[in-house]
Amino acid sequence: MSTFKFSREVILGTIRANVPKQQVEHPQIPVFQHPDRPLKSEFERRLQQAGGASHDVGTMAGAESKLMTLHPGAKVICSAVPEIAGTRRVEKVRDPHELADVDVGIVRARFGVAETGAIWLTQEDLVVDALAVLSQHLIVLLDPDQIVGDMHDAYRRVRLDETSYGCFMMGPSATADVEATLVHGAQGARSLNIFFLPPHSAPPAN
Amino acid sequence: MDNANQVDPAKSAELFILHDQVHEPMHDRFLWATMQRRDAEAAAIPEWEELREIASKIKEHTLTHLDHYLEAFEANATKRGAHVHWALDAAEHNEIVFSILKDHGVEEMIKSKSMLQEECQMTPFLQSRGIKVIESDLGERIQQLDGQPPSHIVFPAIHKTRKDVAELFARSVGTDPNNDDPHFLTEVMRNNARPRFLAAGAGMTGGNFAVAETGTFMVCTNEGNADIGASVPPLHIASIGIEKLVPRVEDLGVFLRLLSRSAEGTPLTQYSSHFTGPRKGGELHIVLVDNGRSRRLGMPDFWHSLKCIRCGACMNTCPVYRRSGGLAYGATYSGPIGVILDPTFDEFKYSELPFHSTLCGSCTDVCPVKIDISDQIFKWRRVMAKKGYLPLAKRLSFAVSGHVLGHPEEYHAMEKVAEPAIDYAPHFLLYNRSLNPWGRDRELPQIVKQTFREWYLANRS
Ligand code: SF4
Repeated sequence: MSTFKFSREVILGTIRANVPKQQVEHPQIPVFQHPDRPLKSEFERRLQQAGGASHDVGTMAGAESKLMTLHPGAKVICSAVPEIAGTRRVEKVRDPHELADVDVGIVRARFGVAETGAIWLTQEDLVVDALAVLSQHLIVLLDPDQIVGDMHDAYRRVRLDETSYGCFMMGPSATADVEATLVHGAQGARSLNIFFLPPHSAPPAN
Repeated sequence: MDNANQVDPAKSAELFILHDQVHEPMHDRFLWATMQRRDAEAAAIPEWEELREIASKIKEHTLTHLDHYLEAFEANATKRGAHVHWALDAAEHNEIVFSILKDHGVEEMIKSKSMLQEECQMTPFLQSRGIKVIESDLGERIQQLDGQPPSHIVFPAIHKTRKDVAELFARSVGTDPNNDDPHFLTEVMRNNARPRFLAAGAGMTGGNFAVAETGTFMVCTNEGNADIGASVPPLHIASIGIEKLVPRVEDLGVFLRLLSRSAEGTPLTQYSSHFTGPRKGGELHIVLVDNGRSRRLGMPDFWHSLKCIRCGACMNTCPVYRRSGGLAYGATYSGPIGVILDPTFDEFKYSELPFHSTLCGSCTDVCPVKIDISDQIFKWRRVMAKKGYLPLAKRLSFAVSGHVLGHPEEYHAMEKVAEPAIDYAPHFLLYNRSLNPWGRDRELPQIVKQTFREWYLANRS
């Protein structure tokens, strides 16, 4: 498609001609030890700083009722998890534009990171990537036993070779572009609530 | 380019300072507060200095094997279904993007923030060919509506007050000019951008890092706007500078721990997104852009500038930048990183920039990838002096050098050059403010053992 077939060769050739003589080794990345890190409480504290919130919902019924308390007026609840049915199953969505009217999106994260309060979401978890950002509000289920310490641990868990989209999401969408004032809900989700709930083994609701 | 006008940053900075009593102090205050948050986050990580060293080494390793890693990235991204293009310069980048958009019949495109696309002047090019381009990052959108380039690489509209933004939105989208609540203004643009995301035929992003071993690239935003642009329209085009490569996935752990802490004093940006091949049902094009980078790799004094991860910490800490505003630099990149990058694009046009500095060394102290920024600024002065591009004589009267404080050895180097113009500090810093460490120069010689930054932190009340 590109009309500039030779540019690749010119660029690589110039790099080879110019590359500094002194070649540097790739450094070892050590494991930084933080013994007795209270993973869950650190995760929750960081999540709060990032504008998110977490809830020990206990059971599936607890999750349903928390959802209703948090978003009583929600009309379209699009779920990607078996634990909560919602009003729309994301597996049925053909085109991301269909998610434009979603009030609350629900997804399960594979793990969280204590250091940052971020959760890891992939295309496989979301089914349709846009669920993460078009939903006005997000609810994310997380197994409290699946919290790693720092971002090094986190990258040992992610498999970028297995997903076309993966996101560390740290709280809801935010901006500080007007007078450096922090505002949540810039373009993506306005709120992010994490429900601590181990995965349910029953078959999906659809 | 040859007959482009020389940028005069000191003059523009004076205008920024003298304009009113509001803008410059506010700009200074916001960026200083950001710097204090950065300092607190950095201090909370015991291995911070070790991380900087590792990050620096990973970048140096990658850059000294750049051909290898670019080929690996291309092979792996292609294997995953991405289309990879190579652009020698800005013009090729823009042509490639335009031809992809044209082939797909795209009339309207929504983009997230990309300094590289700024560098390529992509938006005016596409608009001149009939493609509607919408900025989705709030700060970029503000600047686009105002017809200005971004003034900061992380906070594009940081030089504007809420009143400025309220008046701008009133003019451009018809909101109440008296409502200057940032929540309201953000909501206005959220509602303005949504339909455009849904209507756009393509979304464009930049890329903060590109991983050779998987063919992945990463985009960091706080708004999630890059993710909307990548996940809603059927076509995603990403512009990535060839210096953005890192070898392995595990390297990202090091860089992400440093990037947002350095940039904003937060542990991460709200969204750290990884794209490996097109999404289900989508199409992905990656444009790898050189635009002078491969040439810079061959400049022994300056190739380390290619390690930059565009965090903006050097700008936030820079006393000259904070008081000048980014637009004063008249270039894509402003602040200390701009001073060392911009002359590689046009030496004459940006010949004044290396003199728009006190050489205090604060930028070097905070840079997460340990670029020797202030030393490079000094070396650029030499380059300019050799070429006869001397700082305008009217501003030569004041010659105090903060640089001498932290780097006494450089003082002798400066003497050897025997060019008085090189040991020079910007005159405009003396203007109208109480908080002015450069006015206290007589106190300085006693504190040579501290770095300038330590001294400055201790003395700034
Ligand atoms: S030069 Fe260093 S401090 Fe400045 S923007 Fe680049 S990485 Fe950040």
